[in-house]
Amino acid sequence: MHTYKQQWFGNIRADILAGIVVGLALIPEALAFAFIVGVDPRVALYASFTIAVITSFVGGRPGLISAATGAMALVLVNLMADHGLQYVLAATVLTGIIQLILGALGVANLMRFIPNSVMLGFVNALGIMIFMTQLPYLQGQGAMTYVFAIATLVLVYAVPRFFTAIPAPLIAIVVMTGIALMSGVSLQSIGDLGKMPSTLPTFFFPDISLNLETLKIIFPYSLALSIVGLLESLLTSQVLDDMTDTPSDKNTEARGQGIANAITGFFGGMAGCALIGQSVINIKSGGRGRLSTFTAGVFLMFLIIVLGDIVVKIPMPVLAGVMIMVAATTFNWGSFKFLKQAPKTESLVMLITVVIILYTHNLAIGVVVGVILSSLFFVSKISRVTVTNDAGVYKVKGPLFFASTTKFIQSFQDVKGKEIVIDFEDSQLWDESSVGAISKVKEKLEGDGVSVTIQGLSSSSKQLYEKLL
Amino acid sequence: MKIAVAIDGSQNALRAAKHAITLAQHFPEAQLEIIYVADYNKAKDERLLAQNEDSLLLKRKKKIEPVLEWAQQAGVKVKTTMLKGTPSLEIIKYVNAQAVDQLVIGSRGLNTLQEMVLGSVSHKVMKHVKCPVTVVK
Repeated sequence: MHTYKQQWFGNIRADILAGIVVGLALIPEALAFAFIVGVDPRVALYASFTIAVITSFVGGRPGLISAATGAMALVLVNLMADHGLQYVLAATVLTGIIQLILGALGVANLMRFIPNSVMLGFVNALGIMIFMTQLPYLQGQGAMTYVFAIATLVLVYAVPRFFTAIPAPLIAIVVMTGIALMSGVSLQSIGDLGKMPSTLPTFFFPDISLNLETLKIIFPYSLALSIVGLLESLLTSQVLDDMTDTPSDKNTEARGQGIANAITGFFGGMAGCALIGQSVINIKSGGRGRLSTFTAGVFLMFLIIVLGDIVVKIPMPVLAGVMIMVAATTFNWGSFKFLKQAPKTESLVMLITVVIILYTHNLAIGVVVGVILSSLFFVSKISRVTVTNDAGVYKVKGPLFFASTTKFIQSFQDVKGKEIVIDFEDSQLWDESSVGAISKVKEKLEGDGVSVTIQGLSSSSKQLYEKLL
Repeated sequence: MKIAVAIDGSQNALRAAKHAITLAQHFPEAQLEIIYVADYNKAKDERLLAQNEDSLLLKRKKKIEPVLEWAQQAGVKVKTTMLKGTPSLEIIKYVNAQAVDQLVIGSRGLNTLQEMVLGSVSHKVMKHVKCPVTVVK
């Protein structure tokens, strides 16, 4: 792996250029995520600035772009609605602390227990939810709203075919905002819904009372935010590892996400995590090092402070058009093929993950249930054990552990003959219950006057057998 | 004589590979260069559809496996290159840098509208590659 200095200055020119592109690409989504939560655009823009800048120093995956995200925004919706901004900021700080602790404990090593069926369910539900959040800006706002949203969508998809240097959403926004202003149509604009920041974020303590009551309110949200943020950040790290053929330190990344969120909460920003879309744009644009992430954050803030007065004029249907594209890219369209080809249990896990998330509006719950479900399916799949009798030699096939012992014991219900052999050559003993099951079978048979010989135990099975018996 | 073929796992690419192998059989000392580009735009979706990085690598290798088999049966020498990036750009870069004598690519057979929306890889490659190109339909 490169040294920390190389991670910063090994790719200066391309990193700065890519950072500028990403900075531009961050703006529309940061604005939209603020509206999803129901906070002022400042809360998401400050968050995107501080999170990007902080993770550029303390993250574990150079080139990863972290900022305010849709996944985190969706978790925060209810907290904002019920308790307001100060609780959102406090929850953000707590999220950072939880992630920092989890990172220090090596949480990234647990990622391999999350099957891709759950991850697919996660991104698909996320895509659907982001799409749903945009509908209120379109429905019942008049025909022109639809015209502008659709025109934006067309531009977003058509422009990259001819021109890729500047992110298409930004081009679409500039063009469509220009058309809206010149034609004088009346559309809901960003300025109607919130204020733009005109200064850099400043440090302050969230205005909450530090007691158990507050903790009870924010802790469930912070825990969900921690899970969702780490999941998306580590997934994005994996994608970047693959794209760049370079390794990354996932536990450092988890800690970095924590540090960034903890500090961001004190600067009036909402919790965030890695953005898959913007990270991919960064790599595609040539960004590889920490400087690209840093540049993205700084350039975003610069643009907002300089162009704030113009940004407020962006019509909401244009932003909604861009977000529908984001939703469509978030959704994994290969999932339909996956449903047909994957084992039934995996398809089921994916569907259940999606359904639970859409029902509970909580990405974290869906992931947790999905992981538990897929583990159970896995246990039941490998717990198949068969016993075949060949002239008094009972051959056991399959692992013997708590989930498979019942079947094993049943296989010895009507044993004929006075002498039998139980052969474990194709089996493996895993736990106490397996040893218990063998001794139970042995005792019962010996009580019936059948002599039992155990053979073919692997050395580790033998060790367990002798230790526990 | 270096004959290169770009593979993306599609049927068109496999047809192109068959053609490239036939070509290579007719030249003594010909070497077939198989180019596979993992598309940056599909990086996220591919990663999500694979269990882990090892199964992802396996999935990619499987896409060129039939070509390797055919080449072996035909007695054609093969060199495989796995690249990452935007397919058209990576193919152009590789072919021009490696002094390839002949490039064979498949065409998706898009109509005008699809080509406008999706963009034709073969068209773009043809324009910027310095060697003769055969587009197999």
